[in-house]
Amino acid sequence: MCDCKDEKIRALDEVLDSYGHDSGNLIGILQKTQDIYGYLPADIIYYVAQQTGISPAKVLGVATFYTQFRLEPVGKYLIMLCKGTACHVNGSDRIEAAVTAELGIQNGETTKDGLFTLKNVACLGCCSLSPVMMINEETFGSLTPDKAISILNDFRKREEETA
Amino acid sequence: MRVIVGQGSCGIAAGAGKVYNALEKLMNDQDSFKLGITGCIGMCFLEPIVDIYEGEDLKARLVHVSENDADAIVNAVRNNDIASLSGLFIKDEDKSFLDQQTRIALRNCGIIDPTDINSYKARDGYKALEKVLKMTPEEVIEEVKTSGIGGRGGAGFPTWFKWNAARSSKGEEKYLICNADEGDPGAFMDRAVIESDPHNLIEGMLIGAYAIGAKEAIVYVRAEYPLAIIRLDNAIKQAKEAGLIGENILGSGFSCNIRYMAGAGAFVCGEETALIESLEGKRGMPRLKPPFPAVAGYKMKPSNINNVETFANIAWIINNGGEAFAAMGTEGSKGTKVFAVTGKVVRGGLVEIPMGQTLRHVIFDIAGGIRDGKQIKAVQMGGPSGGCIPERLLDTVIDYKALSATGAIMGSGGMVVMDENTCMVGMAKFFLDFTSKESCGKCVHCRIGTRRMLEILTNIVEGKGKEGDIELLEELCLSIKDGALCGLGQTAPNPVLTTIKYFRDEYEAHIKEHKCPSKECRDLLSYVINPDKCKGCTLCARKCPVQAISGETKQPHTIDQSKCIRCGQCIQGCKFDAISIE
Ligand SMILES: Cc1cc2nc3c(=O)[nH]c(=O)nc-3n(C[C@H](O)[C@H](O)[C@H](O)COP(=O)(O)O)c2cc1C
Ligand code: FES
Repeated sequence: MCDCKDEKIRALDEVLDSYGHDSGNLIGILQKTQDIYGYLPADIIYYVAQQTGISPAKVLGVATFYTQFRLEPVGKYLIMLCKGTACHVNGSDRIEAAVTAELGIQNGETTKDGLFTLKNVACLGCCSLSPVMMINEETFGSLTPDKAISILNDFRKREEETA
Repeated sequence: MRVIVGQGSCGIAAGAGKVYNALEKLMNDQDSFKLGITGCIGMCFLEPIVDIYEGEDLKARLVHVSENDADAIVNAVRNNDIASLSGLFIKDEDKSFLDQQTRIALRNCGIIDPTDINSYKARDGYKALEKVLKMTPEEVIEEVKTSGIGGRGGAGFPTWFKWNAARSSKGEEKYLICNADEGDPGAFMDRAVIESDPHNLIEGMLIGAYAIGAKEAIVYVRAEYPLAIIRLDNAIKQAKEAGLIGENILGSGFSCNIRYMAGAGAFVCGEETALIESLEGKRGMPRLKPPFPAVAGYKMKPSNINNVETFANIAWIINNGGEAFAAMGTEGSKGTKVFAVTGKVVRGGLVEIPMGQTLRHVIFDIAGGIRDGKQIKAVQMGGPSGGCIPERLLDTVIDYKALSATGAIMGSGGMVVMDENTCMVGMAKFFLDFTSKESCGKCVHCRIGTRRMLEILTNIVEGKGKEGDIELLEELCLSIKDGALCGLGQTAPNPVLTTIKYFRDEYEAHIKEHKCPSKECRDLLSYVINPDKCKGCTLCARKCPVQAISGETKQPHTIDQSKCIRCGQCIQGCKFDAISIE
């Protein structure tokens, strides 16, 4: 292992500098921290607290209040399955059943191979194409259980090919 | 000629990015036509959409375009033979979706290039700001008062009144905030405005800032809208370069900076005081009012918060006069309103119409009615704070008071249409599941009350409902409405109250007969194979994700009810119509 740990800390220091170590910017700081680490590791929460002068409990309080923040690492592909109103009416429950059965995980869990994490969200703003899911930055609309599973298989294939 | 690809979030999800790339690849230096992008025209059911312009004239609108059509498009444009694309032309009945609308807030959406300030300027962009900077702030507020516009974030509170209150508040340091948190799951008009016409939002905000005397303006935008954030960021930079944001704007002496902050996923942060807490870097817990934000808001300084759509109307009002706006709508609700029509309709998308038209007109004449020849049951308006309006009340006109009288609310404009197969108890449970998770936990009524309601509703849809549950729900609803601290809790009972009011029979069927009349509640259903119809093709057994179906080839199959997860995949796959839901 290289000195990538230090690299991350350096990146975080830059973030803290750009936000002026200001407590009013805590949410922005945590968002950037999560971009760097993929989640919010416990020791980093302490580090941010120390650097901003906010108590660790308060930082953790903010981190746990907002659904965007994660305290554990996620899989390579984050599946955001929409459970908003329009998607609900158009059958998102069936999509969820198919995805959970296919991957063997529930909402919030990660597959053993570390490939997929499933997260239910409330509306991705593409309601006209409901039911919808987003995998990393890509949005997939007009899903059926079959289509959802074949999308997952496409990701798996992509993975095998690059491996 | 110009070939313009619609690149809003829904267009991209439908494949507009691939279409654009395919077109770009085929073009060469000799080509005299230009390739460009626009935002979301609101006809999401037709995405991806490609428009062909000659000068400012729309020569053709192509719909459901795929990357495989790129060749044909490029050839047609090169040979000036647009007619060869007629297979992709928008159909007349789909055109009527737009033709029946009156667009003010969305006037530029799907027409201009949202990444180019000049494209906005070419359509009178920033003219209203120029005009305003020659008026007094009081005159601006007066013009907004004449327009009669009410806040589009849900409550419809008169905008001029809020501006005037913030202006009259003591103190030099004031803030203008734009609420772009768009929490109602099923509404996406604010996303469309930011993605498709960000300068219109910026212009509206600058006018508001001038009116109240704010030197700093902030947009609080939902984190789930990455594209909107990119376009907004770009637009703010362009406006700064053009001297429209910053010190001494257009030489007027007025200075205002605009920045944005991305939310982090919490519905309650759409509530204005919770939003302010979040802006300050804290947990998004609502504050007790009064003091109102106009007196003590962001950093405890006088602040004014408006919704994206509210700001999107302001430049138009200044350019065309408040009276032109007030000429549309009803006595109590002026101007137009944007709705995100989704659910079981034929044509889902954004609809902007003058207030005063009926719900039936929106759902049937504009959105084309219900898909697959089914019957409409209800329409949900106002999201988790709103309610379900039944079919028999669809002649209700769009007006704040008239809608509130049904038990629903105007809300931010989410309109989710439900057909005969949607279970209304399931719908109520869906919303309570949402509000109980999103309750910030500060007050007991909301935190515990919504939980208890969810438990009762869960029992009912699982067939474990008891006699008296409906009455208990009603009692809980009323005490939560009275006792909750903020709008989230105060309105959370609305979906339950309206479904009980209009669909009590469905509740009773679940409780007394353990039946779901809409055949949606999974625990009350069983999937069965009709042995007379089953040909033993094995398709369903292969499709079943949990291996609940067994049988010999060419022999009738059976479903093991203890394994079945009721996902419905077997029924969708069966070619012999042999599987039914009991
Ligand atoms: C729980 C809750 C959620 C809300 N969510 C939003 C929202 O997502 N967007 C919005 O503009 N207003 C929302 N509001 C309304 C705001 O509190 C506020 O009234 C509004 O932003 C004022 O702007 P307007 O006067 O232009 O409508 C919400 C209110 C409550 C109680
Ligand atoms: S409800 Fe799923 S995208 Fe809006």
